[in-house]
Amino acid sequence: MLTIRNLYARVGDKEILKGIDLEVKAGEVHAIMGPNGSGKSTLAAVLAGREDFEVTDGSVEYLGKNLLEMEPDERAREGIFLAFQYPVEIPGVSTINFMKTAVNQVRIHRGQEPLDAVSFLQLMKEKMKLVDIDQALLSRSLNEGFSGGEKKRNEIFQMAMLEPRLAILDETDSGLDIDALKIVANGVNKLRSKDNAIIVVTHYQRLLNYIVPDFVHVLYKGRIVKSGGKELALELESKGYDWIKSEAEVA
Amino acid sequence: MAKDNDILDEITSKEYEHGWTANIEMESAPKGLNEDIIRFISAKKQEPEWLLEWRLKAYRIWKEMKEPRWANVTYPEINYQDIIYYAAPKQKASPKSLDEVDPELLRTFERLGISLTEQKRLTGVAVDAVLDSVSVATTFKEKLAELGIIFCSFSEAVREHPELVRKYLGSVVPMTDNYFAALNSAVFSDGSFCYIPKGVRCPMELSTYFRINAANTGQFERTLIVADEGSYVSYLEGCTAPMRDEHQLHAAVVEIYVMKDAHVKYSTVQNWYPGDKEGKGGIYNFVTKRALCAGENSKVSWTQVETGSAITWKYPSCILKGDNSSGEFYSVAVTNNYQQADTGTKMVHIGKNTRSRIVSKGISAGRSQNSYRGQVHILKRATNARNFSQCDSLLMGDKCGAHTFPYIDVENNTSRVEHEATTSKIGEDQIFYCMQRGIDEESAVALIVNGYAKEVLNQLPMEFAVEAQKLLALTLEGSVG
Ligand SMILES: Nc1ncnc2c1ncn2[C@@H]1O[C@H](COP(=O)(O)OP(=O)(O)OP(=O)(O)O)[C@@H](O)[C@H]1O
Ligand SMILES: [Mg+2]
Repeated sequence: MLTIRNLYARVGDKEILKGIDLEVKAGEVHAIMGPNGSGKSTLAAVLAGREDFEVTDGSVEYLGKNLLEMEPDERAREGIFLAFQYPVEIPGVSTINFMKTAVNQVRIHRGQEPLDAVSFLQLMKEKMKLVDIDQALLSRSLNEGFSGGEKKRNEIFQMAMLEPRLAILDETDSGLDIDALKIVANGVNKLRSKDNAIIVVTHYQRLLNYIVPDFVHVLYKGRIVKSGGKELALELESKGYDWIKSEAEVA
Repeated sequence: MAKDNDILDEITSKEYEHGWTANIEMESAPKGLNEDIIRFISAKKQEPEWLLEWRLKAYRIWKEMKEPRWANVTYPEINYQDIIYYAAPKQKASPKSLDEVDPELLRTFERLGISLTEQKRLTGVAVDAVLDSVSVATTFKEKLAELGIIFCSFSEAVREHPELVRKYLGSVVPMTDNYFAALNSAVFSDGSFCYIPKGVRCPMELSTYFRINAANTGQFERTLIVADEGSYVSYLEGCTAPMRDEHQLHAAVVEIYVMKDAHVKYSTVQNWYPGDKEGKGGIYNFVTKRALCAGENSKVSWTQVETGSAITWKYPSCILKGDNSSGEFYSVAVTNNYQQADTGTKMVHIGKNTRSRIVSKGISAGRSQNSYRGQVHILKRATNARNFSQCDSLLMGDKCGAHTFPYIDVENNTSRVEHEATTSKIGEDQIFYCMQRGIDEESAVALIVNGYAKEVLNQLPMEFAVEAQKLLALTLEGSVG
């Protein structure tokens, strides 16, 4: 589904991604871990099409297409979803209104009829239940004054609404209490299918108890320096990153 | 960050939608302004002697006045002798019914989405349509008359209700008020008149639709609304003009007289031709709008969505004379390309416990300049007066400007005045967030801007709020991406 080859990206003069290789197949869940500032969010942003980052080398193929040539909205309509580490506030625009615009643009792209108010509401109610989110919250200005946990839950709600092919979750677990974590994980697991793939960026093994990954990768200084199965996350949890850092420096 | 600028640089807004000209046979006065022209206009309209005298007096005052230049706008000198002050479609003196109205005229308004024919009219909205210097048709007149409501063209009001016109004309905006008000008083050609009798709640929106069609012509209409005790009316004004290379002058006056316990809501969706992307052409919109809350508990709300005009100079104001009276001003002003807007309000608190609220949302894109200018004046008598002002500016790109000029003048220390102002840039991260959800860039900008202006748009009557939202999006189309 997604093939990243030798990807380099920079912002200004600063090189952040330095040769990423990653293959994600339909049906898989990949976890990306790594110390602060190693480039995890940058990778997610590059995949989503954020233009602050300049891709200087490498390629990304998504469902047989050159992803790097696509505009961010086109990527989204083709099924890429990014749950933001820091969701953005949009005053005066409710989540409901926002999602109505988004869902219908995506539907039109897929050759489906836009949803009328009634069917939209129905879809919304269904997804609200899934992530246990209150309608009052969805009527408020998007992310404005939301608590950290509410923002994250709202991201997952949006993901559920848009039913992406490839979801990238950037530290969606940070700031969630245990119950919310389970709810979010449950929402993500509902999306798991043989046709979809998920990339989970996280610092904590805890989330991976609920969203069990097929692969775990460690990103360090803009490179994937180690990959393994779900045990790797447990190992990192107990040993920290130092051993990986020294391994990486030696190599 | 160079990228941001590139994105925001591509201000290639969609062509102005109402830029066409209709082919209507016109009758007009020769260019220029002098007492003979004023006599000509007055004679054309078969006006009574007192009104001619009133005009001439205004003209003499105007001649002695200087054009104001304090606004934060720049434009070349206007040659007042190079303007046609009267242009009217050739048609029967005053059509008795729509059947007598030139079909081309009806088509003109039809194209603007305003149907004057009986069957197709928006129910719930009565329209007075003004083309260049004259009112073409007024709908729903009979139905309103059953309630004692007078809604007609200004000329007709002068003929049919001279006592009302004479009593209230100039009572809120005196001819000496300012340069453009004096000019308007001398040469005003037509406009709308509305009287709501005591205790009557007007059951439908009243609206005036202004259209400049003729070239080299100024438009000087006059609107007079009188709300008698305990009455209510919601009034809407819309306007468009063809695309022309030369600038055209629009200097209107709106006067609203509000008696005890009456409430008038006046909404404007201003969409005059703004000029092209290089700043060529466009309307100079120099307008005086004022409401007098004469009686106790009277209330006025101004709501304006200003998207058009090359230059806007406009300060809808409230004179809060009656005790417990209140005034509101809700404004969204969008400027793009080379547009300049200097707009705001004036709240003059005279009575006790008077309240005013100002919510101004400026949006600047392109190389435009957008200024809020507002005055809150609390006089000695105005015990416990209260004002709240909120002035926000939203910038798109770095070549435009937003300015705020609040003037606060308090002479009574029991009063309370609050002023808040913010300036923000439309965020790349907001746009990216929207796009990441599949929303295209134009829609993203429209969504963010409409969210920003929501508090004001919510004040508009439902049908017009939808129109206004579209208009905002249209004005900013191409301003990003
Ligand atoms: N716009 C930018 N300008 C300058 N530096 C940037 C920019 N964006 C990211 N960086 C830098 O790139 C590096 C990688 O950042 P990134 O956000 O991808 O890290 P991360 O792995 O997601 O970290 P964390 O775990 O803390 O979220 C950091 O050093 C960061 O400061
Ligand atoms: Mg990060």
